[in-house]
Amino acid sequence: MPDIFGMPVAVLLGQVLLGLINGSFYALLSLGLAIIFGMLNVINFAHGAFYMFGAFVTWMVMSWLGLSYWPALVVVPIVVGAFGAAIERLFLKRLYQVDHLYSLLFTFGLALVMEGLFRHVFGSAGKPYPVPQELTGVLKLGFMFLPVYRGWVIIAALLVCVATWLVIEKTRLGAYLRAATENPSLVQAFGINVPLMLTITYGFCVGLAGFAGVLAAPIYQVSPGMGSNLIIIVFAVVVIGGMGSIGGAILTGLSLGVIEGLTKTFYPSASSIVIFIVMVIVLMLRPAGLFGREA
Amino acid sequence: MTDSRERRLELKGLHSWYGESHVLHGTTLHVNRGEVVTILGRNGAGKTTTMRTIMGIVRKRKGEARLDGHDLIATPPHKVARLGLGYVPEERGIFSSLNVAENLTLPPVVKSGGMGLDDIYELFPNLEGRDKTVGTRLSGGEQQMLAMARILRTGADFILLDEPTEGLAPVIVDEIAKALVKLKALGLTIILVEQNLKFATASADRHYVMDQGQVVDEFTNERLVSDMARINAHLGV
Repeated sequence: MPDIFGMPVAVLLGQVLLGLINGSFYALLSLGLAIIFGMLNVINFAHGAFYMFGAFVTWMVMSWLGLSYWPALVVVPIVVGAFGAAIERLFLKRLYQVDHLYSLLFTFGLALVMEGLFRHVFGSAGKPYPVPQELTGVLKLGFMFLPVYRGWVIIAALLVCVATWLVIEKTRLGAYLRAATENPSLVQAFGINVPLMLTITYGFCVGLAGFAGVLAAPIYQVSPGMGSNLIIIVFAVVVIGGMGSIGGAILTGLSLGVIEGLTKTFYPSASSIVIFIVMVIVLMLRPAGLFGREA
Repeated sequence: MTDSRERRLELKGLHSWYGESHVLHGTTLHVNRGEVVTILGRNGAGKTTTMRTIMGIVRKRKGEARLDGHDLIATPPHKVARLGLGYVPEERGIFSSLNVAENLTLPPVVKSGGMGLDDIYELFPNLEGRDKTVGTRLSGGEQQMLAMARILRTGADFILLDEPTEGLAPVIVDEIAKALVKLKALGLTIILVEQNLKFATASADRHYVMDQGQVVDEFTNERLVSDMARINAHLGV
C-alpha cells in the first residue's frame, strides 16, 4: 500500500478506526451532556461518574446475579437512568432557580462522592469483565485486525446516537424538548408537564452514560477512576461542538476521536493534548462552538 | 346587559410578584362567556402580568382567580391549558428550533371543537404551504397569525391575546382584526390587551383600564366610543 506523509495507509486506517472507538464513547457521553445542558441548563459534572457507575453495575450484575452482557446492555442503562432521574427529582430540581454554578458544584460533588464510594468498596484497581462470547475474535480488514467487540462498540454507539438524534429532531416528543429548551414557561402554559419532561430527559441522558459504561466494561478496566479520566475530554468535545448542539456533539465526538488517533501516529506525545489544542483554537475562532448558535 | 350572561373568569383582589417586585395590587375583573374584553392601560400598568398570572406563568400570587369555577391559583401551570385557556403572548413565542408545522401542532389539543388545518388556513391564508419554514423566519405579522393559529387548533375556548397588533403594518392589523371578529362569532371568550384603540373597539364588548396593578375603570364599548376623553385621560394620550 502507498504511503501518506511517510505513513503506510494501512497504519493510518488502523488509527482512524481505533480513533473511532474512542470517538464512540466521546459521542455517547457528549450527546447526553449536550442535551442536559440544552434542556436543564445544568453542566453535568457527574456524567463521568454515571458512566463509571454503568460499568460497575454491569460488573456487579454479572458477578452477583450472573446476568450476562446482553441482558446487562438493556438492564444497566435503565438502572443507571432511574438513579439519574431520582437524583434530578431529589436534588437538581431545587437548583434550577439559582445560578448555574450551584448545579455544577452539586454534580461535581456527586461525582466525587460516587467515585469515593466505589473506591472505598472496590478499591482503585480495576475489575476485569470478559468480552461476550459472541463478540470474541478478530475481523480481518486487510489493513488491520479489528477485534469484533471493538467493531460492535462503534456500531452500537452510532445506532444509539443516531436514534437519539432522530427522536429529538423528527418526532413530536423531540419538538416538545426543543421548544422547552427555548421557552419552558410557554411550553408549560400550553399544557405540557415540563418538570416531568426534565426528569425524563435527565434520566435518559444518564442512561446513555450507563449504556456507554456497559460498552466500556469489556474494553477498559472497570475502575472507580474511569469516568473522571474521560469526562474532561468529553467536556472539551461538548465545548468544541457547541454547548447544547446535539448533532454537533455526535459529529465532534467521532471526529475528535479520529484526530486523536491520527495524532498518535504522527506525533504520539501530543495525542493526549490535541483535543484541548483544538478546543482553544475553536474557542478563539468560534466562541459558540462549531455547531453552536451564536447568542 | 352582559352581566346576565354566564361568568367564566373571575379575578378578585389578585396580587402577584416577579421575585421581590409586587406587580398586581388587587386586580378585580370578570369575563362572561362569549365576551371580548380588553385591558387598556399605560406601559407597566400590569396588563401582561395579569395574563401571565392567570396562566400561572407568574407563580407568586395571592387572591382569587377562578375559571368556570376552577381555582386557578391551586392549578399547576401545565394543567391550566386543559381548562380551555389559550395564551398568545406579546412576544408571540414562536420557536426558532421548530418549523412552522411543528410550531402549529406543538400545543396539545385540550378540548374538542378546535379548528382543523383547513379552517386555520382559511382564517390565515399566509400560513398555508409554509410548513417547512423555520418559525422565526416568518414576518412579524405571520408569526402573530401562527401564534394565534396554534392556540385555535387546541380547542381552547378562552383566549388571552396580548398586544396582537404591536409593531405590525396596517394591512396586517386589518387582517388580524377580521380574524378576531370571526373568532368572536364562533363564540370564543377573549381577553385582549391592546394599545391600538381603533383595533380594540372594533370587536370588544367591554374595556377595563389598569393602572399600577389595579383595575381603575370599566367601560362598555358604546361608552368608550362616545367618551374618548375619559379613556384618553387614563392613558395620558
